[in-house]
Amino acid sequence: MRALNMFVDDLYNDQKILKDKVVPREVIDSGKSLRDQMRGFSPPQGVWCHISGIDLIRHSDGEFYVLEDNLRCPSGVSYVLENREIMKRSLAKVFGGMTVTPVEEYPERLLEMMIDCAPSKVQNPLAVVLTPGIYNSAYFEHTFLAQQMGVELVQGSDLVVENDHVYMRTTRGLRRVDVIYRRIDDDFLDPECFRPDSTLGVPGIMRAYHAGNVTIANAPGAGVADDKAVYAFVPEVIRYYLSEDPILNNVPTYLCDDPEQRQYVLEHIHELVVKPTGESGGYGIVIGPHSSKSELAECAEQIKAHPRKFVAQPMLNLSTVPTMFDGVMKPRHVDLRSFVLSGKEVYVMPGGLTRVALREGSMVVNSSQGGGSKDTWVLKPPKNSSGKTMGQSQAQSQSQSGSGSQTQSQSTGPVGGNA
Amino acid sequence: MLSRVADSIYWLSRYVERAENYSRFIDVNYNLALNEHGDETSNQWWPLIYTTGDQDLFRELHQEADRETVLQFLAFEKENPNSIVSCVASARENARSVRESIPTPLWEQINTFYLLVKSAARQDGPFTDPQSFCRSVRIASHTIIGQTYGTMSHNEAWHFNRIGRLLERADKTSRIVDVQYFHLLPSAADVGSSIDIVRWSALLRSADALTMYRKSHGRITPNEVAEFLLLDREFPRSFHFCLMNVQESMSEITGSKPGTFQCESEKLVGRLRTELDYTSVEDVVRIGLHEYIDSLQTRLNDIGGAIGDDFFSPQSRVTSSQFQSQG
Repeated sequence: MRALNMFVDDLYNDQKILKDKVVPREVIDSGKSLRDQMRGFSPPQGVWCHISGIDLIRHSDGEFYVLEDNLRCPSGVSYVLENREIMKRSLAKVFGGMTVTPVEEYPERLLEMMIDCAPSKVQNPLAVVLTPGIYNSAYFEHTFLAQQMGVELVQGSDLVVENDHVYMRTTRGLRRVDVIYRRIDDDFLDPECFRPDSTLGVPGIMRAYHAGNVTIANAPGAGVADDKAVYAFVPEVIRYYLSEDPILNNVPTYLCDDPEQRQYVLEHIHELVVKPTGESGGYGIVIGPHSSKSELAECAEQIKAHPRKFVAQPMLNLSTVPTMFDGVMKPRHVDLRSFVLSGKEVYVMPGGLTRVALREGSMVVNSSQGGGSKDTWVLKPPKNSSGKTMGQSQAQSQSQSGSGSQTQSQSTGPVGGNA
Repeated sequence: MLSRVADSIYWLSRYVERAENYSRFIDVNYNLALNEHGDETSNQWWPLIYTTGDQDLFRELHQEADRETVLQFLAFEKENPNSIVSCVASARENARSVRESIPTPLWEQINTFYLLVKSAARQDGPFTDPQSFCRSVRIASHTIIGQTYGTMSHNEAWHFNRIGRLLERADKTSRIVDVQYFHLLPSAADVGSSIDIVRWSALLRSADALTMYRKSHGRITPNEVAEFLLLDREFPRSFHFCLMNVQESMSEITGSKPGTFQCESEKLVGRLRTELDYTSVEDVVRIGLHEYIDSLQTRLNDIGGAIGDDFFSPQSRVTSSQFQSQG
């Protein structure tokens, strides 16, 4: 996360990494996520991606891979906390004998991080969560986080900008807001600056932001680093800024914009996974081995017509975990979304959201595509070993907490068997 | 607190209270109808529609006011924004939009309430057991009131919640006195003549007031019924009692000293409450009961409007830091 934050900061300022040709300029300039409005800006603490959700999978070679970096508005952390709550209620005894690291401090950490990133001149900063409203599919998460942190959950219409400061409308008049955890996409944030037809946002909020009077998390424009074409360069980005090798593997990624790589993709399309670069939520993904000839032909046409909009990756064999269906255990594919907070320090939640593809054989785990989820445990190291290494412990256990009343858990060993 | 949140919390309790009142109206009238012989059906059911004030909408949707149409209209009609099912749906929608600000058990109870009326509304055929339905609506409402009292901090939000409930209650009590009094006692000359005890008891039961009335007044007389429901200081559904508590919550919100005010709504509440303090039932009869209640309702509406202007859609004014520390 440190490298990604430095990367975004560099892209909007000196663009050293482009000048040094570590990342090709075309990849950035041709994407739709670079916000011209943010050029020359640097947020407090240099943090652009305060909250990120990194999707990890375990492949049949036994290695962990980073599948995606979600840096805009990653969802799911409320399910992690709720899953844990349900597991503790239904499997209280199992917890008693284990050394499961608690995830419950996340809301406190989130609040602390937000306050750390407030504009520097403010004392006692006031933080809020900004939601598009009750019709948003993640509204539950927005209310949950606001409630857990004890901050106001505001909608665009609750905020007003005067003299480049953001205020919320209260029963006692206007009250100043210093930090906004926004769960609205860049496009809808400020009709003065982005989409003029947006009614979800707050007119003038970007003026207040540029004036340094409010912190927005995640920063507008941070999405430039989670473009799926940029993903291909993340290992280079890490080496460039931190002079160290990445700990986690990246999935080999073919950029359709590159003529040679595109040729390879078109020839091997039946064995690759093709993803649109600017989408999230699992929309628009074409899985070669599972698609018909006509679907692949159509996909190939799309790639030829808009090469920058697509990347392709080899088909990874996501690991499976036993999952209960009507009393019968069946293997289902999973991935793991880990949540990272970047403020003065970087905090990795000791747990995460294991997302399950409920359909047999399916590799699409996204909640928006009907995926399920499981509680995920990070076990504390034995008492005699030193220090706070628990964030890196990879011993996990997973247990289902679906709508059925039956639950099961595996208490030791790595994530289930491979399919 | 956020204006939008205050607004939703205020309306949330108004809608729950409205549903509760409707259930009581239905229940009492249904019981009365069971006593009726002969063909007095439409006479019997029309006043109920007048009590709720939705007679125009009713005429648009139905031709005759009989047991079935009125029950359907008041309990389940989706086109009637004040039917029980619509009120509870609105209460839930308000609760959902402020879920982060209300205690979890309260949200769960409101949701349970909603599922209860929704499943009752889904039934096919005639409304067979209104009594047990109405009873469960009242229990659900009282559970919500209890949850709110027992699990929500008695802070600004709680006071807005209470104001919403009490204004709604004052409105419905005054309507029931107005309409039923008119219905039961068409001319002033009838005051003092022998009265239909069954129906007058029903009026009191529409406000769940029979037992408490008997304890404080004994025999039922029209003037004392009006006095009890409008002016009693101790009965929690009387108009006066509601206004006393609205004023109390209002000054908790504004922090004004007794006898002073800071905004329009506080002024209107204080003035009306003081007048009620020094009004006797003889004054009311002299003015004319209907005229008096009419003016009470106009003033309640003005209070509701002023609360909206003062707190829910405030003009741009930046608060001082002193005010903030109280928020």
